[in-house]
Amino acid sequence: MDGNVEDFVETARNKQALNMAEMTKVDCRHIDVFYDEKQAIYDISMEIQDRAVTAFIGPSGCGKSTFLRCINRMNDTIESASVKGQIIMDGADINDPSIDPVLLRSRVGMVFQKPNPFPKSIYDNIAYGPRIHGLAAGKSELDEIVESSLRKAGLWEEVKDRLAAPGTSLSGGQQQRLCIARAIAVSPEVILMDEPCSALDPIATARIEELIDELRERYCIVIVTHSMQQAARVSQRTAFFHLGKLVEYGDTERIFTNPEDSRTQDYITGRFG
Amino acid sequence: MNSPAPNPETKGTFVTDAALKRLKKRHAAETRFKFYGQFAIAIAVLALIALLVSIISQASSAFQRNMLVFDITLNAEDVAPNGTDDPDAIARNVSGFNLLLQDSLRDQFLPEDADASETRQLFGLFTRLAVLPVAKKTAAHVDMVGTQQTVSVALADDIDLYLKGGVTERKSIDLGQVASARGAIGDGIYVSLAPGTDTSALAEAIGGFQEQSLDDSAPTTLIGIGNTWYSVTGFSSNEIALAYLAGARVAPDPSQGIRALVLAQAEANRTVSDRQIAWTMLLKDEGRIRKAFNSTLFTNADSTYPELAGTAAAIVGSLLTMLVTALLAIPVGIFAAVYLEEFAPKNRMTDLIEVNINNLAAVPSIVFGLLGAAVFINFFGMPRSVPLVGGLVLGLLVLPTVIIASRAALKSVPPSIRTAALGVGASKTQSVFHHVLPLAAPGILTGSIIGMARALGETAPLLLIGMVAFVAEVPDGPTDESTVLPVLIYKWSTGAERAWEPQTAAAIIVLLVFLVLMNLIAIILRRRFERRW
Ligand SMILES: Nc1ncnc2c1ncn2[C@@H]1O[C@H](COP(=O)(O)OP(=O)(O)O)[C@@H](O)[C@H]1O
Ligand SMILES: [Mg+2]
Repeated sequence: MDGNVEDFVETARNKQALNMAEMTKVDCRHIDVFYDEKQAIYDISMEIQDRAVTAFIGPSGCGKSTFLRCINRMNDTIESASVKGQIIMDGADINDPSIDPVLLRSRVGMVFQKPNPFPKSIYDNIAYGPRIHGLAAGKSELDEIVESSLRKAGLWEEVKDRLAAPGTSLSGGQQQRLCIARAIAVSPEVILMDEPCSALDPIATARIEELIDELRERYCIVIVTHSMQQAARVSQRTAFFHLGKLVEYGDTERIFTNPEDSRTQDYITGRFG
Repeated sequence: MNSPAPNPETKGTFVTDAALKRLKKRHAAETRFKFYGQFAIAIAVLALIALLVSIISQASSAFQRNMLVFDITLNAEDVAPNGTDDPDAIARNVSGFNLLLQDSLRDQFLPEDADASETRQLFGLFTRLAVLPVAKKTAAHVDMVGTQQTVSVALADDIDLYLKGGVTERKSIDLGQVASARGAIGDGIYVSLAPGTDTSALAEAIGGFQEQSLDDSAPTTLIGIGNTWYSVTGFSSNEIALAYLAGARVAPDPSQGIRALVLAQAEANRTVSDRQIAWTMLLKDEGRIRKAFNSTLFTNADSTYPELAGTAAAIVGSLLTMLVTALLAIPVGIFAAVYLEEFAPKNRMTDLIEVNINNLAAVPSIVFGLLGAAVFINFFGMPRSVPLVGGLVLGLLVLPTVIIASRAALKSVPPSIRTAALGVGASKTQSVFHHVLPLAAPGILTGSIIGMARALGETAPLLLIGMVAFVAEVPDGPTDESTVLPVLIYKWSTGAERAWEPQTAAAIIVLLVFLVLMNLIAIILRRRFERRW
């Protein structure tokens, strides 16, 4: 496991050195997803950029979450789901049977719609991932990971005095940032967020959005959102889904100012959704 | 909850008559439902109280026992056969101790020429084996041999019951003083009471008991004067004719106090004879009958004599059986539940298994007993009547309960915890064992302990594997012959002697205490686990 993570750090450094900002991190090719007989995703291909925020928008039930879950193979945990197609990440097809989904998920973190901290202490919430992946050699190293993860998630100042308090005792917004910190702690390359703000109030939402903007400098972030404003605020790229198909994908600015497809236009202007 | 009914005078336009009517109906329905609920709870509580009161009132007499006290020299030739000082030989010398105590009673109460029936009645005040604790104590302190000691033995169950108010109804009546007496102990005594003595209470008692009598037999009247007891042979207008029964062989003197004891039943209809009652009264007057906590109930194994029977063997047997049951049912049940709930693919096969587990939980327990007898005893050749087999049978019996409870507990863990663990790269097994199982633990524990409590009270399957055997020794291990508490209760409840009744109730209380303890443990453990969120 260690080897993998170090490999990643290596790649990340290389990229930084080469200043490859506009680089494809995840390349999805001809993805079909079925729930039993029912098809939920129809032949979607898209390239997701590194060090950028990509937003998935579209009406409810159009397959945004389903597609997002393909990227860290969370669909494997749904018994009825089957995924076809290739997803290339760092030169390897993650759907290849030789790739262990458990390893993949340590490199592709996920934040869910409803904050779901473990019913353990704040410290243990963050430390759990590094522990099972053997990322820290000792207690002090683990402490460092916990602190840096909480700092990156902008939560350190608020919780540094009560790391032993249960994670569930935090407010909803803090819990969601805790979940982000937990995802960061295993040093992933990609962070997937499925409507991370839909259960939060506007102020907590604003904080998460700020955080996403900061994290963009280090990670490839994919965010599913219901809110057009949010997509416009935080993302550089936007993908519009409709009925399991990718309708339009491009720079956020262009999608919002000059959509090519009439359905995108209708959705953005609020004519359906 | 009930909003006040709107005042029709001031009702606004939106409160129509129809709406008011509906509202009234709704309130009525609510009140009715509340009443049903309270009524149901009241019935449950009353039933519980009735059960507890009846058991406790019956058992209370079993927790106290009347002991007969002797101040006696433990002569070496009686208690230590052939001058031995081997503790084992002394402990085994039950008949030596028995003879010593019997002789002491005979010297006190019977003349040299007493007939066999009288002697048997006297010796019937306690059973042979009642001296066992005395023998054991002497064996433990050999230097007691040859010295004067105060020892006490349990009175026979009938006598004990009599002293506790059982055997027969009775009335004690003070008759004032003897005015005059004539006759001799050998041929009959006639006493007259002091003039003006009110004998109406006596007549009333005799008349009342006579009326109650089912077979028209006359009630018995015993008369005590000083340290002598007589039975009444007849009443004449101014005299009472008495026949000597027990105690000092001296004719009554005028101005001695006289009292009557009226017994509802004739001697032939009771298990305790007139003489035994007279001796008991005398011993009581001497202060030689003492009430003591019946520790026998907890230290002795089963016995054919209720006054010597205890629950020790059954308690140990139950504990050993529970141990085997827990070792089988809890780990297997939890792992089966975890597999079915977390890992098994959801298909026909698992549906079938699920249905079968649910059905298994409803199979009558006696069927498990048959299974145990057929498989463990006949096929695997395990011994009969042992906690190992009992525990295995009960383990199979509670396995479905544990599985169902554990699955329910696992199901109640929110799926978001699983996805959270998987999301940070935990494997399926890690997510289950690190997160899901600890959260489900309180529920699993509660289910398991409830299952164990059910096993603790189970009788039928154990009867079939021979755990109903008479066990006079506390078992040493799970492969020793043994019985368990509920079977012991069943056996005691079928005992012929009246004294088994309180004994049974006492054993029930012991069982209930165990059940309460188990539930307490469940609650404590649950609190413990829940504090870790
Ligand atoms: N676990 C599942 N089993 C079966 N069908 C599902 C499951 N999850 C989602 N679907 C179906 O797949 C389609 C896409 O759902 P989803 O990806 O959740 O949409 P979105 O996130 O865009 O609202 C929907 O029609 C939904 O009913
Ligand atoms: Mg969704």
